[in-house]
Amino acid sequence: MLSDFDKAILNAAQGDFPLESRPFAVLAERLNTDEATLLERLTALKQGGYLRRLGAYFDSDALGYQGTLVALYVSPTSLPSVIEAVNRYDGVTHNYEREGEYNLWFTLQTASENRRQKVLGEIRELPGVERMLELRSAKKYKVRVQFRLE
Amino acid sequence: MEEQDRKIVRALADGIPFVPRPYAALAEKAGMKEEAFLDRLRTLKAQGILRRVGAVLQHRRAGFAANALCIWNVPKDRLDEVGSAVSREMSVSHCYSRETVEGWPYNFYAMIHAQSREECEKIADRIAAENGLGARQTFYSVREGKKAAMRYFCENEDESDNS
Repeated sequence: MLSDFDKAILNAAQGDFPLESRPFAVLAERLNTDEATLLERLTALKQGGYLRRLGAYFDSDALGYQGTLVALYVSPTSLPSVIEAVNRYDGVTHNYEREGEYNLWFTLQTASENRRQKVLGEIRELPGVERMLELRSAKKYKVRVQFRLE
Repeated sequence: MEEQDRKIVRALADGIPFVPRPYAALAEKAGMKEEAFLDRLRTLKAQGILRRVGAVLQHRRAGFAANALCIWNVPKDRLDEVGSAVSREMSVSHCYSRETVEGWPYNFYAMIHAQSREECEKIADRIAAENGLGARQTFYSVREGKKAAMRYFCENEDESDNS
């Protein structure tokens, strides 16, 4: 179980992380604690598997990358090997097995059309991949992964 | 994007280290001084190129057990209105409109996260009712294969544009 203090840390850390020389000290002050304690708790929360990553998230379009969502129907016996093969591509950032008529959904970021076609062509040919939909993004309305812990 | 900015983006590929002066460590990787690195990050943030700096949770571990990709077919002229309304929902992390393809008429996609499927269904039903949306397809995640931050400008040589 997470303590109220840990929940407060995780909620605060999901907000805007300070762009200051001592960002953990700034965040610690907001949480009424000190820098060393905050660093120690963050390390523990990461090791405990609650915190995935503290990072900088860029707008992929602005960096010249195109994103697409791909849905596959993979025969159930081939799922493990297809999941593993898809995961190996650097441009694949999310890959989830889901219930439904398409059972594997992944996102792909690529810097060129050639690269995108090459990767998708390779994936379409994997044994067990029976159907594939390529769902190109038209407009991004929201990307904001924030989970409020109470 | 300028080479200096690419260096900054690459330096951040592994995330922000848990040390008192993380930007000093990252700046060094990019061959820059801490203050110049921070100034550039502030500029990129102001320009919207840097969306945000912050933590991402392991949402399942943190209690969000029901995670559904919900998709609808929304009339084209209503996409922006519905997109901005759905984006205001706290339980929605990703919301996109997408091109349709043959046999797949759905053009509106939202990821909804909740502690249970029952709660997730309620949220999706309410979103649909409030926005006048029609039939929904719902794809609950059953297993995470991969969730990783994109490593921009880190592609291998054999994966470059000219391959």
